[in-house]
Amino acid sequence: MPTSAAEVVFDKATKLYPGRPEPAVDDLSLTVPAGEICVLVGPSGSGKTTALKLVNRLIYLTEGEIRIDGTKIYDLDVTELRRSIGYVIQQVGLFPHMTVEANVGTVPRLLGWPKQRIRERSAELLELVGLDPAQDGARYPAQLSGGQQQRVGLARALAANPPLMLMDEPFGAIDPIVRARLQDEFLRLQQELRKTVLFVTHDIDEAIKIGDRIAIFRQGGKLAQYDTPEAILRRPIDDFVAEFVGADRALKALALRTLGELELGPPRDGPRATKDTTLRDALALLIDEHADIVAVTDADGAVVGSVTRDDLLQ
Amino acid sequence: MIVAAQFSPGTFVDAIHFMGNHAGLLLSKTGEHLELSGVALAIALVLALPLGLWLGHRHRGFLFAASVANVGRALPSLVLIAFGLTVLGIGFWNNTAALVVLAVPPILTNAYFAIDNIDRDVVEAARGMGFTERQILTRVELPLGLPLVVAGIRIAAIFVIATATIAAVAGGGGLGEIIVNQASYGLAGVVAASLCVSALAFLAALLLALVLRAASPRQGPAT
Repeated sequence: MPTSAAEVVFDKATKLYPGRPEPAVDDLSLTVPAGEICVLVGPSGSGKTTALKLVNRLIYLTEGEIRIDGTKIYDLDVTELRRSIGYVIQQVGLFPHMTVEANVGTVPRLLGWPKQRIRERSAELLELVGLDPAQDGARYPAQLSGGQQQRVGLARALAANPPLMLMDEPFGAIDPIVRARLQDEFLRLQQELRKTVLFVTHDIDEAIKIGDRIAIFRQGGKLAQYDTPEAILRRPIDDFVAEFVGADRALKALALRTLGELELGPPRDGPRATKDTTLRDALALLIDEHADIVAVTDADGAVVGSVTRDDLLQ
Repeated sequence: MIVAAQFSPGTFVDAIHFMGNHAGLLLSKTGEHLELSGVALAIALVLALPLGLWLGHRHRGFLFAASVANVGRALPSLVLIAFGLTVLGIGFWNNTAALVVLAVPPILTNAYFAIDNIDRDVVEAARGMGFTERQILTRVELPLGLPLVVAGIRIAAIFVIATATIAAVAGGGGLGEIIVNQASYGLAGVVAASLCVSALAFLAALLLALVLRAASPRQGPAT
């Protein structure tokens, strides 16, 4: 079973629809390194979902090519290609006539795994996404909450241990509190699994939180900027990107780093914050407390250093 | 001069007696009736079911499916049989053809709409995971659309069994031969044969309802 992640390369990929002058995806070239999460983000009609569906050939590529680990996707059998890619969509698309366990076992079943192995794999995955294999596995999708359904959708996509995952606004239809939890759990999973992930969202905050790299699309299916979240926030390439990431991009950039990543000054008095507090939250604390210095503590609450307001804003 | 017998509650008693006295006749006519209906239904299934399912899967031919339904409803079977007399002559195949025309529309349109209306996200998820088109149809769309598909077959079966009665006017045999021949069999015979037709239609409906129940996808109680 291939467990290593795959590198994905878009090479001048273009999607034209007959009768439409503007391409849906225009001359897209980008490389997603193996094991990284690349978030495709942009306003509606910018071609981000189209770009995603080009990869598993749900949408036919007009020009250029896409390679997974060096192999052109059109050199592969389409069903084999798709079975080797995990696919998660916003509406989940669980099979309502199958139990949760059967849903999770879908791709292994298509691949002809022995029954016992499929059962074990389903149970393992349900546990991984925080569901109870014995209890939830026997239920039907209609009996689950939206958040639980999306967990099952994720487990189903992971079932055959694909080196590449395509996720199309997977948390888009879920309320903000559950969404934040699912994002955290997904990142925790990714720490462990190290898949290559292409992740579509229209939510720039989600992109910043989830992405190792972000590809920002503009109208007409054009790639505006492809970079790390920090680089996009600090150095937006043009007005479109600057506006898209928001006027508060400086604050968002602060949220990407924690106090522990700064060089700390000697321990001093002030409102306390732990090392894993983000710079943004530390700044908010200073504003709240009318203070200039944060006393940085370790997990046990012992003061280990300090950070000044100027340090935060550098 | 033949005086048409007046219907009275006693007629039912007479009909029961008729059944007892002419069991062999009724049985053989019921057999003919079933054969005619069964062959017509089978032909209609072969013609309409794959076509309806495939069109539904491709989401193509809405106009076609809807038109077939309407044309089917507008064509009286008796007219078709009369027309068929000139082409196919008297007998089994003329009647079968008319019944096939009757049975195709509900089967085709129900199959089409059953599959066409399946949640597109479910189908896209299946396609994206690597189901072949045939697997999408047989493992996802058909199980989910089955209640509506079977409902169409049930409607067709009831139509065909009821309408096969008029086959008698074109030498097609079946229970209709007794029903249109009151002169020979009397009112008791007509009622007895009618009861047989009703019973057949009812049994066919029941049978397909059981098939439907056995085959319906379980989805668990909604929360």
